[in-house]
Amino acid sequence: MACFTATVAEAVVVKVIEKVEEKKELKVAEGSKHVEESARIPFSRKLKWLTSLLIGGSFLLAFEHVWHGEVVPWFPFLTAMNNPDDAAEMFHEIATVGVCMAVLVTLVWVGMCIAADAIVKRSAQETEQDHAA
Amino acid sequence: MTLLITVFAAVIATVLWYTRKNDNLGLGILCFMYWGASLMWLVDAIFEYVELQEEYFTPALEDMINDTFLGLSVVALGLVVWVVKLLITDPRGVVRRSLSSRTAR
Repeated sequence: MACFTATVAEAVVVKVIEKVEEKKELKVAEGSKHVEESARIPFSRKLKWLTSLLIGGSFLLAFEHVWHGEVVPWFPFLTAMNNPDDAAEMFHEIATVGVCMAVLVTLVWVGMCIAADAIVKRSAQETEQDHAA
Repeated sequence: MTLLITVFAAVIATVLWYTRKNDNLGLGILCFMYWGASLMWLVDAIFEYVELQEEYFTPALEDMINDTFLGLSVVALGLVVWVVKLLITDPRGVVRRSLSSRTAR
């Protein structure tokens, strides 16, 4: 009914954290005199992956809700809000399906980050070995 | 059906991103959109399966056709978003060159 609102809410929060983190990383980079090529993926970049997954997925899911007539372009935008019984069912769906969606996307993102770090670390080690040889 | 079509779209977009990474086509946005939606619809499918049990795997023909149209529309919408972003960001400068050459004439 409106399960995508849970992921939209998470996307907004993550986007704010991403911007704050980006500023922090920029300050650190400006502050350090020695520019070193680090074998780490910046946390802000990883957060960008999560926002892209959440915003992209929510956008297509929102389209599905428009398709099924559950989201309309006029107030209150969600047809379930017109009836208290439907509204209660909608909130229950957001709390169950919506939260599970947000949790699964976040878990997949955590897996992506671990895999990406491992790949970058491995390639850095290979480069070091090549230089040593 | 919508989930299945989106998963196929996600896999194809990822393979294209992997093979054409240096082409600078911004295929990452397609991967994120389709994978994000696939994960969300997977959760939806699990909840639906818990509710319907075996009936979940034997949908009515009308529902299947509707879901197929929805899946194809979702893929088309994703492609439209990607094309619009590609033209706006213009990573290869094709749009800029084309516009500047026309204004120079």
